[in-house]
Amino acid sequence: MADVMLDAKGLNCPLPILKAKKAIKTVPSGGTLEVLSTDPGSVADFAAFCRTTGNELLESGQDGDTYRFVIKHV
Amino acid sequence: MADDAEGTNTKTMTIIVTKGTLDWAYPPFILGSTAAAMGVDVQMFFTFYGLTLLKKDLNLKVSPLGNPAMEMPMMGGHMSMPNIVGVMPGVTSLASTMMKNMTKKKGVASIEELREMAIEADVKMVACQMTLDLFEYSQKDLIDDIELGGAATYIDMALKSDVNLFI
Repeated sequence: MADVMLDAKGLNCPLPILKAKKAIKTVPSGGTLEVLSTDPGSVADFAAFCRTTGNELLESGQDGDTYRFVIKHV
Repeated sequence: MADDAEGTNTKTMTIIVTKGTLDWAYPPFILGSTAAAMGVDVQMFFTFYGLTLLKKDLNLKVSPLGNPAMEMPMMGGHMSMPNIVGVMPGVTSLASTMMKNMTKKKGVASIEELREMAIEADVKMVACQMTLDLFEYSQKDLIDDIELGGAATYIDMALKSDVNLFI
C-alpha cells in the first residue's frame, strides 16, 4: 500500500503529471505515491517525469483501461 | 548534469508567447506548467497577442476561418468548416463553445486552470511593456503575479536557458 494515493482517472495531459507533482510533495522522502490514470500517454509521461525529477518509478502497469504507477519519492 | 554559474544544476526554459487564441494558448501553458512540475525553472514572455493571455478575465476564442485542419468530432466522424461558413457571424463563438465543451468532456484542463497551476509552480511570467503601450492595456487589466520587461529582458533570460521556445 502506497503512502499517498492519487486518482487521476478521466484527466488528460498534462493534468495527471501536474497533480502527481503536487501529491508527491505530501509524500515523505523514501515514501511512495500510487497514481491511477486512464490517459494512455501517461505511460511514457510518468517514465519521463521520474527520469527528470530523480524519483523512482517502482511499478508501471495496466489493468483494463486503468494505468497504475507507483513512484518512490527520492 | 552541467552546473551553471550559480553552482546549481537546475535546468531552465523560456517560452515566448505570441498568440492569444484558445487553440494557441494551450501549448505554452501545458509546456510551461509541466516543465515547472519536472523541476525546471520556467520563464514565459508574453508579447503581442500573447499578452492577452495574462488578462484577469479570459474570454478566449478559436476560429475555423482559414483553418482547414480544424476538424471537430461529429456523430462518429469529423467535420471541418468551409471558409465561407467560418466567416458568418456567430460561427467563431459557436466553434469556441464547442471546443470548450469538448475539452471539459475529455478531462482537458482549461487555460485558466493551467495558468493558475503554472503560477503556483513559480513559473515567472513577464509581460511585454511595448505591447502594453501599443494596445493600450494597463497593468491593472492583467493578473497580479507578473513582471514587466522588454526584448533585452527576454534575451538575458534566454542566454542563460537550456531550452528556448517560440510559440
